Amino acid sequence: MQWEIVIGIETHAQLTTQSKIFSGSSIAYGAKPNTQANTVDLALPGVLPVLNKGAVERAIKLGLSVGAKINSPSIFARKNYFYPDLPKGYQISQYELPIVEGGCIKIQTGETEKTIHLTRAHLEEDAGKSLHEDFQGMSGIDLNRAGTPLLEIVTEPDMRSSTEAVVYAKTLHSLVRWIGICDGNMQEGSFRCDANVSVRPKGSETLGTRCEIKNLNSFRFLEKAIDFEARRQIEILEDGGSIRQETRLYDANKDETRSMRSKEDANDYRYFPDPDLLPLEIAESWVNQLNDALPELPEARRSRYMTDFGLSAYDATVLTSAREIAEYFENTLERLPGQAKLCANWIMGEISGRLNKDDTEITACPISPTQLAALLSRISDGTISGKAAKIVFESMWNGELDQNADAIIEAKGLKQISDDGAIEKMVDEVLAANAQQVADYRNGKEKAFNSLVGQVMKATKGKANPMQVNEILKKKLQT
Amino acid sequence: MFNASLKQLSTQLAERKISSVELTKEFLQRIKTLNAEYNAFITVNEALSLAQAQNADQIIAAGQANKLTGIPIAQKDIFCAKDWLTTCGSKMLSNFVSPYDAGVIERFNQIGAVNIGKTNMDEFAMGSSNETSFYGPVRNPWDVAAVPGGSSGGSASAVAARLAPAATGTDTGGSIRQPAALCGISGIKPTYGLVSRYGMIAFASSLDQGGPMAKSAEDLALMLGVMTGFDARDSTSLQRDSEDYTRDLEKPLSGLRIGLPKEYFAKGMSKDVECAVEQALDEYRKLGAEMVEVSLPNSQLSIPVYYVLAPAEASSNLSRFDGVRYGHRAKSYDDLNDMYRKSRAEGFGAEVKRRILIGTYVLSHGYYDAYYIKAQKVRRLITQDFVDAFKQCDIMMGPTSPTVAFNIGEKSSDPIQMYLSDIYTSAASLAGLPGMSVPIGFGDKNRPVGLHIIGNYFKEAQMLNVAHQYQLVTDWHQRLPTGID
Repeated sequence: MQWEIVIGIETHAQLTTQSKIFSGSSIAYGAKPNTQANTVDLALPGVLPVLNKGAVERAIKLGLSVGAKINSPSIFARKNYFYPDLPKGYQISQYELPIVEGGCIKIQTGETEKTIHLTRAHLEEDAGKSLHEDFQGMSGIDLNRAGTPLLEIVTEPDMRSSTEAVVYAKTLHSLVRWIGICDGNMQEGSFRCDANVSVRPKGSETLGTRCEIKNLNSFRFLEKAIDFEARRQIEILEDGGSIRQETRLYDANKDETRSMRSKEDANDYRYFPDPDLLPLEIAESWVNQLNDALPELPEARRSRYMTDFGLSAYDATVLTSAREIAEYFENTLERLPGQAKLCANWIMGEISGRLNKDDTEITACPISPTQLAALLSRISDGTISGKAAKIVFESMWNGELDQNADAIIEAKGLKQISDDGAIEKMVDEVLAANAQQVADYRNGKEKAFNSLVGQVMKATKGKANPMQVNEILKKKLQT
Repeated sequence: MFNASLKQLSTQLAERKISSVELTKEFLQRIKTLNAEYNAFITVNEALSLAQAQNADQIIAAGQANKLTGIPIAQKDIFCAKDWLTTCGSKMLSNFVSPYDAGVIERFNQIGAVNIGKTNMDEFAMGSSNETSFYGPVRNPWDVAAVPGGSSGGSASAVAARLAPAATGTDTGGSIRQPAALCGISGIKPTYGLVSRYGMIAFASSLDQGGPMAKSAEDLALMLGVMTGFDARDSTSLQRDSEDYTRDLEKPLSGLRIGLPKEYFAKGMSKDVECAVEQALDEYRKLGAEMVEVSLPNSQLSIPVYYVLAPAEASSNLSRFDGVRYGHRAKSYDDLNDMYRKSRAEGFGAEVKRRILIGTYVLSHGYYDAYYIKAQKVRRLITQDFVDAFKQCDIMMGPTSPTVAFNIGEKSSDPIQMYLSDIYTSAASLAGLPGMSVPIGFGDKNRPVGLHIIGNYFKEAQMLNVAHQYQLVTDWHQRLPTGID
């Protein structure tokens, strides 16, 4: 039987506020345990939550950038359960009326575009952390993270493969960073995905029983976990079994998912509106103001790159994967009008490769767009070859000669010989010295031509403009 | 001095006829002598009180005194006060010394009032007789066999026995008004949102409201002026200009339209209470007020609605008492769940457990719509009744409690009878309206009767005026229980 995988994703994006969602404590990462937990975070008797406006602002921005409805009012609700790192015994979240409802995100897999619909996005507080190591026979509780603002972004079950799921997650990841609401740091847990996976016979309209997979803190794990889970479910169904609705945990070491709790064991969270927080009303004028201040979004920019600059969907997608990359690209292109493809190739190739190698971000790129444009302009005007340009690039990266491309070309003697007379002289010398190969070529041995080109290049120490060499050589051999 | 009004005390302090330290010592001495009999205080801390009194004397000497500077005030043990044991009447918090001040405590501290001690109360404010306190029942100064009412029974008893010039209380369904009535003192629960709930240990957040308890309406007005005001740390706190609640005290009452909800004068009220209420209304007629019959058709649903919503909120509010970070933790346990189970089983008393169970039940999957949502809808109907009735009158009156104080032990095994003590007060709480109780005489066994005054939203000044005018022509509020002299 042919199976279809159906995936929905829930993402917890930690918002880039200074302080917690309901208290004034800092949310900076890496502080000593419980040094960023005040009376409210500790849930002392009598303390009350006060909503952080910055968190609301960020939720609205997300809503606006996915074309969603901003609900006013939206309601904060209590999700009740006992756990030592949940100090109040309930988590303040949103249940029946989330702040963001609907909207969609377009994803690009190869040259195909697909729309992933969002169900909702709601504000909530994070829990603290239980530390099970370091304490013999006891657990430590760190409440620094308790109350960190999260936006939970939930999709419809619109994805059909782990690849689509990863592309969606990456697109969302890029969007939240693009609009500045989340730093996207997956290692620190600022961007966490859970996947709801089910399978069904291809062509079927009804959804299969789903399992929710938690603990997916990288795109690679997201992909592997979905693949494993889909295989597991298909095997069970093909053996005549049925799927139990449950929450499963992905174990990256074993590359498998395992049951955490079944639906029957799930808590009755007894959601009800939090009486400490009044319904959240959002002024339309504020929404409009935030909308006006929103930057051009990656999706819009991607299509602009395709129509205005003639870039492929792939190139446009890569260049708009982060706002900083797009800015870098545009700043380079501004100084090199009409050379979008050349700029794109170098940014996606040399620059990106070198950044990866040095494990750094484009914001820390040692070569500025102006400097890169200066280098690329020397390729396009024929001053240097592409190969020579890579040598110049390396020198610039290392900060040589004030990263001045022309100075480096000069110092390294990388200028191409583009003088017809000079090249002709070389060609004549080579032809004279290689009578046998000339004869071979004339007898139909094409390979001999390449060898002759090589000889000329060698004679000019690689500096001759290869196109000119080709042209002149061909002309000479035909006469 | 112990029977002086706040105004008199303030004058004495300002004229340096007495110092705050002397005054504080006098009340500390009274508490030392009499508290064993009434059990009105859970915690007295002479060192902390006297330090505040010394500070107050300096403020007075510097000429920066406010009306209540240097005056000892008893604080209900539901308000967190820095360095004070703050128990909320529960074993669960019997070891909890608060590291911070509640908004209300802060406001008293700012003007240099003296915290004379933390008063006894029903555990987590759940009760109408003060019998659910882990620290034992409070006794009614008018008759030590009788309950003082609850949950602010300690505050009511302390003021009635003149162990403090005034006290704070909190009211969720009648917890200021009912004990005020049963102890023959005055008490007001302001409009929901006027007094900060920050640091006031939550019972039912959408209903809880702090307020003063004192010997007279005039004293209440002074206290209320200190207690009310916007607090950014409480999202339900209202942003309003501060008010002088004494401003209308002297206004004549001619032309005042007093609404008498007919449902409150139907069956349920005992004869002695009815008699006292009728006499009080006659007094108001003499003062020039006219009586208008109004109707609150849904008010009979207020007790069932209250006992769905308040426990629902409480069940969640009390989840933080889990033995993990502070408060009572069982001595031995097998694992985490066992720790939770034992700590909460040992830390909470029977009434608190009953309400947590009710609240958990009504919020449970499958029951939520039938109970919680339904109750919220009825709550809106009850509120609408008041809005409609206030179109025909300026203020409403009725009995605060259906009976005078009952005996200790009389209703403690019958929760429904106990819950009905709040039958007249809970509707105003559900509507968020201000309500107050003033003493209007005595009923069976010479126990006090209170008149319930319900005002429209933010009409506290008017209510205090209405009560004060009555107190100018009557002396019920000046009567002292036997033995208090």
